[in-house]
Amino acid sequence: MAATMIRLEDTSGGAIVATINRERSRLGSSATGMVLTLLIMGNEETQADATAAAITAARSHPMRIVTIVPRPTDPGTRLDAEIAVGGDDGPGEVAVLRLRGDLAEHANSVAVPLLLSDTPVVAYWPSLAPAVPADDPIGRHAQRRITNATGALDPMRELLARQAGYRNGDTDLAWTRLTSWRSVLAAALDQPVGELTSAQVTGEHGNPSLPLLTSWLRQRLGVPVTLAWNAGPGVTSVILQAGDIEISVVRGEDSVATMSRTSVADTKVPLPRRDLATLLSEELRRMNPDEAYEAAISNIDESECKS
Amino acid sequence: MTAAAANPLRDPLDYRLPRVAGPCGMVLFGVTGDLATKKVMPAIFDLANRGLLPPTFALVGFARRDWLDEDFTQIVHDAVREHSRTPFREEIWRQLAEGIRFVAGDLADPAAYQDLKAAIAELDVSRGTLGNHAFYLAIPPGLFPMVLKHLKESSLAESHPGTWRRVVIEKPFGHDLVSATELNSLVGEVFPAESVFRIDHYLGKETVQNILTVRFANVMYEPLWNSNYVDNVQITMAEDIGIAGRAGYYDGIGAARDVIQNHLLQLLALTAMEKPLSFSSEDVRLEKEKVLSAITLPTQIDLHTSRGQYASGWQGGIPVRGFLEEDGIPPTSMTDTFAAIRLNVENRRWAGVPFYLRTGKRLGRRVTEVAIVFKRAQHLPFAQTAVEELSNNAFVFRIQPDESITVKFGSKVPNTSSIEVRDVTMDFQYRDSFVDSSPEAYERLILDVLLGDPPLFPRPREVELAWQILDPILNRWAEQGRPEQYVSGGWGPDSANEMIARDGRQWRRP
Repeated sequence: MAATMIRLEDTSGGAIVATINRERSRLGSSATGMVLTLLIMGNEETQADATAAAITAARSHPMRIVTIVPRPTDPGTRLDAEIAVGGDDGPGEVAVLRLRGDLAEHANSVAVPLLLSDTPVVAYWPSLAPAVPADDPIGRHAQRRITNATGALDPMRELLARQAGYRNGDTDLAWTRLTSWRSVLAAALDQPVGELTSAQVTGEHGNPSLPLLTSWLRQRLGVPVTLAWNAGPGVTSVILQAGDIEISVVRGEDSVATMSRTSVADTKVPLPRRDLATLLSEELRRMNPDEAYEAAISNIDESECKS
Repeated sequence: MTAAAANPLRDPLDYRLPRVAGPCGMVLFGVTGDLATKKVMPAIFDLANRGLLPPTFALVGFARRDWLDEDFTQIVHDAVREHSRTPFREEIWRQLAEGIRFVAGDLADPAAYQDLKAAIAELDVSRGTLGNHAFYLAIPPGLFPMVLKHLKESSLAESHPGTWRRVVIEKPFGHDLVSATELNSLVGEVFPAESVFRIDHYLGKETVQNILTVRFANVMYEPLWNSNYVDNVQITMAEDIGIAGRAGYYDGIGAARDVIQNHLLQLLALTAMEKPLSFSSEDVRLEKEKVLSAITLPTQIDLHTSRGQYASGWQGGIPVRGFLEEDGIPPTSMTDTFAAIRLNVENRRWAGVPFYLRTGKRLGRRVTEVAIVFKRAQHLPFAQTAVEELSNNAFVFRIQPDESITVKFGSKVPNTSSIEVRDVTMDFQYRDSFVDSSPEAYERLILDVLLGDPPLFPRPREVELAWQILDPILNRWAEQGRPEQYVSGGWGPDSANEMIARDGRQWRRP
């Protein structure tokens, strides 16, 4: 980070806010352009990548990023913070908080003074998420709650947990990862094909995006959709069948997919695997519940969620 | 009508999926001009890069050049490399390049249009453009009649059921009411009204669209947006450059025709119009037409307008030539490079509130803004000395550069023994809250053409109303002889200050 890092030891939420404000005015910029507060509920393994991705996403969504790292086994009960404001990396401001000892149980009390006034709050769990994110003390502040089943130890079980614990405003990055695929498939059907009869999805074993894509297609197309597994990465192909006509989208190794259609020349479509910052940026674009996700997660087929 | 409506994978509630144009292609006339290479081609690539073009998109260049497909592809490639907003990506380019064709032929030669027709028919099959094509006329307006005639005779303009043919034309839309009406009826003979897209790139700018959003999405402004509270409205588009090599185009056209007729009157319409029933193109167009119809001119045009030509001088520390000394401009030229006019909007909301429009080249700096200047408070419960530095409240849409909204109001000066009020400003910088670089106006407009979504395109009636407003002023000016010279690098001729001073007001320095 190009911005200066300020370390505060044995500090408090109020002192952190005062430091951020002092840095702001020292840099001659005000925080009036901030559009939201992002609370990242991390651990030492995930927090660095998640925070870095959020800093990049802050270029399109200027925000206050508060990364909370509970460390219940540390000796002593205290709050340590690393703060960075502005700088070349983007207009955001970042506070990485370590909650040591018993304080680890009281993340909420640390987060409350750090929420920007009268702007949306988004919570993000890079790996483990609470059973019902909306009922979590941190999740309760947020109108958008982002989880990441792919980052869990058992992604498929995590996906089923997301289904069970779904509330309006939840989304999982396993869904966000599908947007480019869904967009290409929708574009493929912009050309009239007649009545669809079936579809087949193929992709990486154990990847939670696949049951979501299958569920979405089943919902939208109203035809039988089968799911087959291979080594991936991610989704590798989707085939749509309309009687004799077959439309297939197959992703090659160079992030370019080939779209083929019976008796029409193949076309190449860019289908890059997107990085975490891009995914987060897409998530932060809209603050309202994602009803398309709700339909997809609610209808995933449990039998297809085998790890 | 659209395939999208029947597509089961498209769901209005699914907000993540972008609006992607259906299968289609574009035919570009005028392939080497600045417009084509600096705006249209880069915008097409940027759209492809953002995943908003269909994979089947095809681009056909049409010109009298001895080129093969590869040569034209190279031209597009170079234009994209130099001018695209988004980073160049080889795989996107490859996909786009496979759909690029070139048809060599004279715009006047009927046989060339048959070749064009064959090229399009081939693309419909091989590429999958399915008969949907937009003709982008990036050519001088003098050539429109000929090209339109051939498009009609070759039946290229005809769309079969389930497909579309559209035409895109750029300003100027005529040079007075008569010529504009002629052009409109000419285009109207070949293409139905809903298939004609007149590009005024200003209307594609995010900040211009934001005028309607700010006015009608919020509750704070609209109650003040009338003659009870507004003293006057000032719409300025100032350029710091001269005519910069565009002598051929500019001489005889001038600032009023080039800028006021389209950009400034459109800004006025968006600022002054009533709330449309919806944001559909039809409803917005209706309201714009209503407010344009309500505009009247001052009875004594001489006293309330001003025009000028820039004289040599210094601008920002650099010596610059006067307009009459520019290459290609005859020393006898009567063309205005500065124009300012006062208009009245005769309806209940705006009666008595003058709208001042001004534009010019070689002014103090490059800026476009719409300023709503409010009345002073009816009574100020302060000592006269306390409010000496308080001026009128103002609300300003800054269109470019540094797109922003500024509010100016009075505030107490801290730490003075008595109350003292001074003007302060509150800035909302677009850049601070929405850092992603805004799409170029052309991206938005070209996508709207391909989607067939016309809210941002002026309709013939608007164009004609605007000429109807401007024609009497231009006629009066034509009787008056030479425009006044003004010093480069300032804010226009003295007569501009005099015309507004006559109303007891002054220009805001933008």
